[in-house]
Amino acid sequence: MTADEESTDALPEDVAELIGRPQYPQTASFAVERSFTDNTLAATANGNPLYWDEAVAEELTNGMTALPTTLSLWMRPHYWEPGATGEQVALKVHFDLKERFGLPEAVMTDNTLTFHEPVRPGDVISHAQVLRSVSGPKTTKLGTGRFWVIDIEYRNQRDELVGVESYTGFGYRREDA
Amino acid sequence: MAAMKLGDVSVGDTMDDLVVDVTPTTVVLGALASRDWRPMHHDHKFATERNGVRDIFLNTPNQAAWIERFITDWTGPRGRLGQMTFRMRDSVFPGDTMTFSGSVTAVGADDTGCGWVELDITLTATASEPTGNQSAEPRVATTCSARVAVPTSDDDNPWARRGDQWQPASEQRTR
Repeated sequence: MTADEESTDALPEDVAELIGRPQYPQTASFAVERSFTDNTLAATANGNPLYWDEAVAEELTNGMTALPTTLSLWMRPHYWEPGATGEQVALKVHFDLKERFGLPEAVMTDNTLTFHEPVRPGDVISHAQVLRSVSGPKTTKLGTGRFWVIDIEYRNQRDELVGVESYTGFGYRREDA
Repeated sequence: MAAMKLGDVSVGDTMDDLVVDVTPTTVVLGALASRDWRPMHHDHKFATERNGVRDIFLNTPNQAAWIERFITDWTGPRGRLGQMTFRMRDSVFPGDTMTFSGSVTAVGADDTGCGWVELDITLTATASEPTGNQSAEPRVATTCSARVAVPTSDDDNPWARRGDQWQPASEQRTR
């Protein structure tokens, strides 16, 4: 049931052309802040001293770092910002595919996170989205739709790779809709 | 937290369970902490009427953060996550009890001498009472395979690794 098992042969040409092509290169509008990491630590009651105790952070990582699983946080747009029109959404390729195939609902089913250089307060992160695959039509208990895999490569302001995130999404239409 | 080293770990070892009661605050706090503004993580009406689920539910980045906490509670602060692959099989709702459990599937060192432990982790959700078509039986909500570096000796620190000395992706998962 993975999108990787599917050939792209049957895909509409405009979608097939997007496979493997970096899209929406973007640089965050704000620098990495410790307070955002603290919010995630608080939300998960995570007492790891590496993120709370500056002496521990200095000893192990030469200073404070961001919690690795906050990787996607640094590129998520503000809910609103001046000049923006419409809802600001992360993972634009995912929403493009929903619209392209007329699939109003979607869930993420699989997620792989690979962590490279630590992210530190003050870093400014950039990323690009790469569509890896799109399945043919599938029916699950949620409804009928398609699976797709999108990779996101994250780099810091020194162009060092800080992480790669791979999402499998399922866009669908509910059977009773 | 314990100062775990590679030699302390064997295949088949189990991690102490982490048990968390989920409230609406758990879900909303986690979504907003991860800057996920989508309504199914804070708007009950949207979740039930648009998504067709019983309530708002935990978002993906917050589940990753819970799993990270579960892993580093076990390794201590010198544990450095390399890779996590997880699959959401069911949603986690307010009123559920989350139980994180895990076991060691592989222990070894890579070509650079970095010590790695591979883990299989399961997040089980149990509703406090049957609701609609949701039973109160425990259900597997998420499964995760994780790869975490731990020190091979008292002097070793996986966090000190840079460049080619840090190979976070397991070979079978490398594209």
